[in-house]
Amino acid sequence: MMRRETFRVIAWNGIWKQNTSFAQILGLCPLLAISTNMVNGVMLSLATLIVMALSNISVSLLRRWIPHEIRIPVFILIVAALVTVVDLLFNAFFHELYVILGIFIPLITTNCIVLARVEAFAGKNPPVESMFDGVFMGVGMLWSLALLGTLRELISDGTLLSGIDMVIPGARALQILPAEYPGFLLAALPPGAFIMLGCLIAGKNWLDIRAAARQKKSRPAAPLAASAENA
Amino acid sequence: MPIAPPISSPYLHAETSVRRIMNQVMLALLPGIVVYTALIGLALIVQVLLACCFALIFEGLFQKLRGRSLASLQDGSALVTACLIALTFPPLSPWWLTVLGVFFAIVVAKQLYGGLGQNPFNPAMIAFAVCIVAFPALMSQWPAQGLHLPFSQQMEVIFGFSPRIDALTAATPLDAIKTALKMDSFTGSIQDLLKSQSLYGTFAGRGWEWVTTAYLVGGLFLIFRRVITWQTPVAFLGSMTVISLICWLIDPARFSDPLFHLFSGGAMLGAFFIATDPVSGCTTPAGKLIFGGGAGLLAYLIRVFGGFPDGIAFSILIMNICAPLIDVYTQPAIFAMQQGGKKKERDHA
Repeated sequence: MMRRETFRVIAWNGIWKQNTSFAQILGLCPLLAISTNMVNGVMLSLATLIVMALSNISVSLLRRWIPHEIRIPVFILIVAALVTVVDLLFNAFFHELYVILGIFIPLITTNCIVLARVEAFAGKNPPVESMFDGVFMGVGMLWSLALLGTLRELISDGTLLSGIDMVIPGARALQILPAEYPGFLLAALPPGAFIMLGCLIAGKNWLDIRAAARQKKSRPAAPLAASAENA
Repeated sequence: MPIAPPISSPYLHAETSVRRIMNQVMLALLPGIVVYTALIGLALIVQVLLACCFALIFEGLFQKLRGRSLASLQDGSALVTACLIALTFPPLSPWWLTVLGVFFAIVVAKQLYGGLGQNPFNPAMIAFAVCIVAFPALMSQWPAQGLHLPFSQQMEVIFGFSPRIDALTAATPLDAIKTALKMDSFTGSIQDLLKSQSLYGTFAGRGWEWVTTAYLVGGLFLIFRRVITWQTPVAFLGSMTVISLICWLIDPARFSDPLFHLFSGGAMLGAFFIATDPVSGCTTPAGKLIFGGGAGLLAYLIRVFGGFPDGIAFSILIMNICAPLIDVYTQPAIFAMQQGGKKKERDHA
C-alpha cells in the first residue's frame, strides 16, 4: 500500500505540516485582507483550492513539454487562465460575494502558494498526486482562513457566519455574544489580523513541540521518521 | 557571604536598579496624580488602583507562563505602565476599557516581545493606540468641566451600573478647537472661542493646565535626579514650540498659541514620562534630540491636522519604530576614536 501512504503524507502536509498560512506563511495579502469573517475566508479559499487543483493537474500533465528555462511564465499563464475561469464563475453564481472579494480573486494568479505548489510539486510529480496536493494545500488554507475569520468576526462583532446569505440564500448569521457587545474594531482591521495570525502560529508551534516531546518520551530510541518533505 | 558582582565601566557612583528608577518615576508622577484627583475626584485613584492590580496580575501570569521568575513584579515597571495608562485614559472610562488597555500593554506589547527591556514600543502608548482605534467614542469622553460627580456616582459610571450619559462628558479643549475650526459655519477666531467657553483657563484648558504643570514639575524632578536626561523633553517641547509658533504667527485666528499646546493634552506627560522611556526610546544623546524633536513635531501635526483628539501616542509610537535606526547613526565617538570608529591618527614621531 505504498500509494496510500503517499496520499496520507500529502494530505498531512497540506493540512498541518506545511500549512500555507501557519507553517509556510505564504499568501498573507488575501489572508489579512479577506479573513474579516468566516464566509469570506472560506469562499476565497475555495476559489484558491479550485485553482490549485486544476493548475496542478495541468502543469503535471504538461511537465515534460514545458522548457525548464521559461517554466515560470508558462506556469503563470496556465494559472491566469484558470483564475479567469474561477473569476467568471464567482461573478455568475455569487455576485454579491464577488463584489466583496473584489480584486482578491484575480490576484490568486499572483498568489505565491499557487506558484509554489506548481513549481515545487506539480512540475515533478504525476497528475493524480499533484491534484491531491493542490486540493489538500487548499484544504489547509481553507481551515486556517476559516479559523482566523471566525475568531476575528467573533471578537470584532460578536457574530458568526455573517454574510452567509450571499452563499446560501435565506440563511442567517448567528449572534453569539449579547447584542450590547460594544464590538472590538481592532480585530477587523489589518493589525488585528496580524496579532491573531501570530497567536495562531504560536499555537500551532506549541502543539508541534508538545507532540514532539511526547513522541520522544514514548519512543526514546525510535529511528527518525521518514521525512516526507516535498517542497 | 554574598560576593559583590564585578564592577565594569561605566563607573557610576550610585548603584541604580530598575526598581530604584521606577520608584523615582512613580514619585515624579505623584504631583500630577494629586492635582488630577483634585480636579476630577477619587475616580482617578480608583482607575490607577484598577490598572495597577491588573498589571501585576497579567505580568505575574505571563512571567509564570513563560517560565520566568516572579521577581520582575517587584521592579515596578508594570506599575509605571499602569499609572501612565490610568492617566492617559479618560478617568470615567468603563473598567473593562482600562483592563483591556493594561492587557495590551503588559501582555501584547511587553511580555510577547520578551518582557522588560525587549519591547520595541512603549507599552502604555500601545494601550492608548489600541483603545482609541477600537473604541474612539469611549476614548474621547472626558468629564465635562465644572461637573463634580459624587464618588458613588463616578463608581456607577466606571463599573457600569448606570447608563453612560453624554451630558457627563465633553471634548477636551484641543478637540473642541479642532471641531470648531473644521465646521464651515465657524467664522470667528480662536480668541473668540477661548473667551466664549468656560472650557479654558488662563493659558490652556481650565484645570488641565494645572495638571500638566504638575507633570512639568515631576519631569524637572526626574531630570534633577538624573533619572532622565534633558535632551528628549527639551527637544520634544522645543520642536512643538517652534512649529506651533510658526503656525500661530502665520494665522493666529486659526492656530492656538504655543503655550496652549505645551500645556494641553498629553504634551508634558509625553515629553517627560513617555518619550524618555529608556527601552523604546533612543539611547544616544544626539539620538535623544532627534527622537524628542521628531515626536514633538509629529504630535503637533497629528493633534492639529489629524483626526484624533491628541497626537502624543501616535507620534511616540512612530518615533519608537525609528529609534533603533537613529541610535545606529548617532553613536558617539568612543574615547580616542574618531566618529565612525576609526582610530585617531596621532604622530608620535
